[in-house]
Amino acid sequence: MSAFFVPFKQSVQRDLLLAARHKTELITALFFFVIVVNLLPLGVGPDPELLRKIAPGILWIGALLATLLGLQRMFAPDHADGTLEQMALSPQSFTVLVAGKITAHWLVAGVPVVLMAPLLGLQFDLSARSLWVLTLSFLLGRPVLSLIGSVGAALTLGVRGGGVLLSLLILPLYIPALIFGAGAVEADLAGLSIEGHMSLLAALAVLSAFFGPWVTTFALRIALE
Amino acid sequence: MNAPLINWYKFSSPATFYPLAGKLIPWFAAATILLAAVGLWISFFVAPTDAQQGEGYRIIFVHVAASWMSMFIYCVMAFWSAMCLSFNTRLSGMMASALAPTGAMFAFLSLLTGSLWGKPMWGAWWVWDARLTSQLILFFLYLGFMALQSAIDDPRRADKAGAILSLVGVINVPIIYFSVQWWNTLHQGASVSMTKSPSMAQTMLWGMLIMALAFWAYSITMALLRVRCIILEREMTNEWVKKNALE
Repeated sequence: MSAFFVPFKQSVQRDLLLAARHKTELITALFFFVIVVNLLPLGVGPDPELLRKIAPGILWIGALLATLLGLQRMFAPDHADGTLEQMALSPQSFTVLVAGKITAHWLVAGVPVVLMAPLLGLQFDLSARSLWVLTLSFLLGRPVLSLIGSVGAALTLGVRGGGVLLSLLILPLYIPALIFGAGAVEADLAGLSIEGHMSLLAALAVLSAFFGPWVTTFALRIALE
Repeated sequence: MNAPLINWYKFSSPATFYPLAGKLIPWFAAATILLAAVGLWISFFVAPTDAQQGEGYRIIFVHVAASWMSMFIYCVMAFWSAMCLSFNTRLSGMMASALAPTGAMFAFLSLLTGSLWGKPMWGAWWVWDARLTSQLILFFLYLGFMALQSAIDDPRRADKAGAILSLVGVINVPIIYFSVQWWNTLHQGASVSMTKSPSMAQTMLWGMLIMALAFWAYSITMALLRVRCIILEREMTNEWVKKNALE
């Protein structure tokens, strides 16, 4: 077991430490989320009925875009200074180290979004119950975004125009998470059961947690060849 | 051990596949022209006018076949991608990238003909029907695949990265399809059901099948033409290209 947990923990710790030393990156992505979500009412008008109706979609799309913003940084700095190559060559399982990096990315970029979501939901006049559902949907869905995104980040590593390309590759794959995440909140607003959406979101999370790190490692090995 | 009738591995090398593709292209091109001529003749002159939809329905002969091909080509692309990753054969990756533009073209054609058909029938160019939406997403997946491959300079890396992307895509296509379908039924807005179409006349079915075969032959022709270009591009420095191919 320690063959898994020790390198995993070290990988997470290292990336958290690096993130703590570059706080601006973390804060920029979070504020991007806040600004995008706050711009939409300015675009569609202040009608509370309408805003309550589109709030789940806006919050989820804001979260998708904010995820994209930080994704490229998941592997690029380590690739640039050669750390990633050393990780691939190390006797520890590369997949475990990559899983650690993805987890760290989720902790750094995902958890603040989860915590910020209910606050933004208040601006859209969501009820307390809906805010809970919203937070829960992000809690289950945000790891999916990091996990699927890591595959795209690995595929576009060191590629010309990687950032724009990454969004083209990854956004279509985010659609199921968007539908079930925003759908759960919408169902709650409509007074329907959220169980179906949440179960499917959890299924997506489990599926991507199982395959994500593995496929990402494979893609990284190709990029490092 | 009996020797196999045909040694399939023989043609897994670009040097042997190049002349084979060259020999096959005229046959498939001829089949395309013949089948398309018969298919279009049936769809324009033989098939009866639809009682409800009038003459406008005739676009469906192109539309259905194009939609089928766009989905089928994605699966074939994923198949060659799996071959590329598991056997590490160069030709498989080339085949996958040769198929992508044709698949994207069919996906676009199906969206275009669909909206042309939708305007007179439904009164709207676009509705958020599950099939339309997932076809659009399929088109995006094709674009992503081509964009990724063209952004990577090293052809081997481009092949493998594209292969991973198309395999991830092929797993996601059914998930996306069902999620979009569920999303659509949840929002019971302006839903127009395409599944409740009236039962088809026999000749219409024949027209559709022959058009599908024509598109099939067209796809093979185009893929072979394109793969020959890719082979020449990549093997330019090799001896056999200078000797045989560029005569």
